[in-house]
Amino acid sequence: MKVAIIIDGQRVQIDRGAPIIDAARKAGIFIPTLCYHEALKSYGSCRLCMVEVIQNRQSRLVTSCNFPAEGGMEVFTDTPRVRKIRRVIVELLLARCPDVPLLQTMAVQMGIDFNRFRKKEGKECILCGLCVRFCEEVVGVGAIGLANRGTEREVATPFKVASDVCIGCGSCTYICPTGCIEMVPDEETPKLRRMNMGKLSLSPCPNNYQCETCPIEQEFIQDIKQVVADFRSKHKRTPF
Amino acid sequence: MNRIRTISDLEALRRSILAGKDPGKAVIGVCCTTGCRAKRSGEVIDALENEIREKGLQDKVEIKKTGCHGFCEMGPIVVVEPANSFYCRVSAEDVTDIVSETALKDKVIDRLLWKHPATKEVVVSQKDIPFYKKQKKVVSHNSGRIDPTNIEDYIAVGGYDALAKSLTAMTPAEIVENVVASGIRGRGGGGFPTGIKWRICSSAPGDTKYIIANGDEGDPGAYMDRSLMEGDPHSIIEGMIIGGFAIGAREGIIYVRDEYPIAITHLSRAIKEAEEYGLLGRDILGSAFDFTLKISRGAGAFVCGEETALMISIEGRSGAPRPRPPYPAIEGLWGKPTVLNNVETFANIPRIILNGASWYSDMGTAGSKGTKIFSLVGKVGNTGLVEVEMGTTLREIIFEIGGGIRRGKRFKAVQTGGPSGGCIPISKIDMPVDYDSLREAGAIMGSGGMIVMDETSCMVDVARYFINFLMFESCGKCVPCREGLKQMHEILKNICEGRGQRGDIELLSDLAGVMTTASLCALGGTAPNPVLSTIRYFRDEYEAHIFDKKCPAGVCKNLFEYVIDEERCNGCTLCRLRCPQEAISGEKKKPHVIDRERCIKCGICYSICKREAIRVK
Repeated sequence: MKVAIIIDGQRVQIDRGAPIIDAARKAGIFIPTLCYHEALKSYGSCRLCMVEVIQNRQSRLVTSCNFPAEGGMEVFTDTPRVRKIRRVIVELLLARCPDVPLLQTMAVQMGIDFNRFRKKEGKECILCGLCVRFCEEVVGVGAIGLANRGTEREVATPFKVASDVCIGCGSCTYICPTGCIEMVPDEETPKLRRMNMGKLSLSPCPNNYQCETCPIEQEFIQDIKQVVADFRSKHKRTPF
Repeated sequence: MNRIRTISDLEALRRSILAGKDPGKAVIGVCCTTGCRAKRSGEVIDALENEIREKGLQDKVEIKKTGCHGFCEMGPIVVVEPANSFYCRVSAEDVTDIVSETALKDKVIDRLLWKHPATKEVVVSQKDIPFYKKQKKVVSHNSGRIDPTNIEDYIAVGGYDALAKSLTAMTPAEIVENVVASGIRGRGGGGFPTGIKWRICSSAPGDTKYIIANGDEGDPGAYMDRSLMEGDPHSIIEGMIIGGFAIGAREGIIYVRDEYPIAITHLSRAIKEAEEYGLLGRDILGSAFDFTLKISRGAGAFVCGEETALMISIEGRSGAPRPRPPYPAIEGLWGKPTVLNNVETFANIPRIILNGASWYSDMGTAGSKGTKIFSLVGKVGNTGLVEVEMGTTLREIIFEIGGGIRRGKRFKAVQTGGPSGGCIPISKIDMPVDYDSLREAGAIMGSGGMIVMDETSCMVDVARYFINFLMFESCGKCVPCREGLKQMHEILKNICEGRGQRGDIELLSDLAGVMTTASLCALGGTAPNPVLSTIRYFRDEYEAHIFDKKCPAGVCKNLFEYVIDEERCNGCTLCRLRCPQEAISGEKKKPHVIDRERCIKCGICYSICKREAIRVK
């Protein structure tokens, strides 16, 4: 069933229950996010996509990646409260990963010229979980997971030993928004590749993160599709 | 085997249990749950068993291993019936007297009774002790009275009557509406109306539904759920069966942290007994309703107390909250409609069913009905578990029940609701304790922890402590909670160590605001409460740390010095002799001095000086 919702004054038709962010994209309204992907289940971890929703005369802040659209809902994607949240989140992530070009670009776009947080770390992974979920939900392998808790949380293979289930498709490298997963050829089995966590190629995107129109991206996706298809025909697996 | 198939079976069993009790036989009840066991009630039991065996008193004296009485500080607690004497701090050496005097001759032993600290008056029975006078035992009324490992003890005091009433005289919808009308709100922290949750779940589509009890209590200093699971497991089970019937669930799970071994043992035994007696399983009391119950043990992650993380943990994955909606009442465990309530909430249900919704809603305040168990700990005179009517003031709880602050110090604040709660200052001491007032004051009800602090607690350090706890217990999934707590801890640590900067308070407030609104679950959403509430009520302490580089309470070691007041010091030499650093010098009967270079601020001199001549500067 289709419902109509109003986003920043624009009326948008969308399936009832679909996430608000889909409606916004349909209307050409940009909502920043680091953990949402159309091919994956909503995860709601980066909290950048928060918007203000007015429903039954009540205003509240929700994550647009998982909040279901209902008829008559009014959404505001760029209010002072929303901007404040986004600013603090980008500052927090930049304190964790000061050298990640994507975050630097975001900071510039949001007009953040000074990070108020003093504790700086030199990490590269923002723990968006895209790689882990893509590997499990789309590829159907589940070679990597999120290990440990709280500030110790990290992406890793089980027990941090080289994975014997990784098929070397490169999906994780492709989907990683900070570019902190590197693929290296596996010398023992030349056809396969091996992923290498935490090796950051800190070159900013030459296509300014416009993935949809990027030739490098298209080539990469073709490559991934081939490896995944091979894996599936060999193991008679269907995607989840 | 007394398998109960109908209500008349249950009544017949109760009659036969009561008829089998010898009124002339003395009953010595010994608390055998965590608090008293830690104080060696196990030795008291052993000595009692020996004594009775040796003297051949099996027919005259019965030993009963009971649950918690709440006055844990005074443990091991022994209650002797029919003399109704309440003995405190009993040791194995007292056993001979208890048996020969109180049990056999009904004589009260004065030295074991509770003594008023000021008047030195002794009190014989529990209800006359000030600690109990203002309490109202509704949920914990069985704990301490019955043997939690014996289902017949529970049945004898009216146990499973509420279940019988529910299954035979009420429809599921009537039960749900009764719970709605009682006004009970979730006892685990969120305070969501229980009846509404049940109503949503019962009308959710689906044949398979689940009901879960949350026994994953993890707040530092809080142990009321533990005590309930240990002391009265059947009331939780009874509440869950009623809940299962009401919402249409045939399977229930009790999630208990594995750090609670006695709770797990008692619950497992209670489930087994209930199965044997036919109160769990197929066709309960001839109603054609089937219900099974099992225990799921948690590995001790604080975040698994959050409902979605708890369900994910039961499913066998690592516990991290997931975004809501969908709410568990619609899509919970294994994607099925699920009701999850705290164990204390479930223990209330049989009482509500038996006594009626209006009996329950007559207790408490407009928005918070019934009673609540609080874990009263910290610098308070009487520590333990207290159950009071909602709306009782903090002053009544801390000063009348709790007996005020230890060692004549001044009250400074009380932290309610565990690590994600807030610190409430003296100015709010007459505030009624209920969900809404606490929230308004910047704290939360939480599961009912109450940590009392006196003038020797530094509020910045307290905030740092709780943020540190939460930083390690956050699951790490969402950015505001994981990264926010890390930065918040860093700022607080800097302030406590003398590196605070202008703008830190504002940055903390800004960050706290974002964490409150943007976090994925309630852990992150309430995590800034200790910081926000201490800034709100104790801003001067933050300013003293940041601008004057002073810790007024004398806790943050970089920010204060001990000095000896020459006027007060009489040169008794006590501090000089005890100082591990030999930092104090001075002649006998002449004022002493502390060498700043050598002093490591261990505080020994400060605490031993009888003339209060050592000051924090």
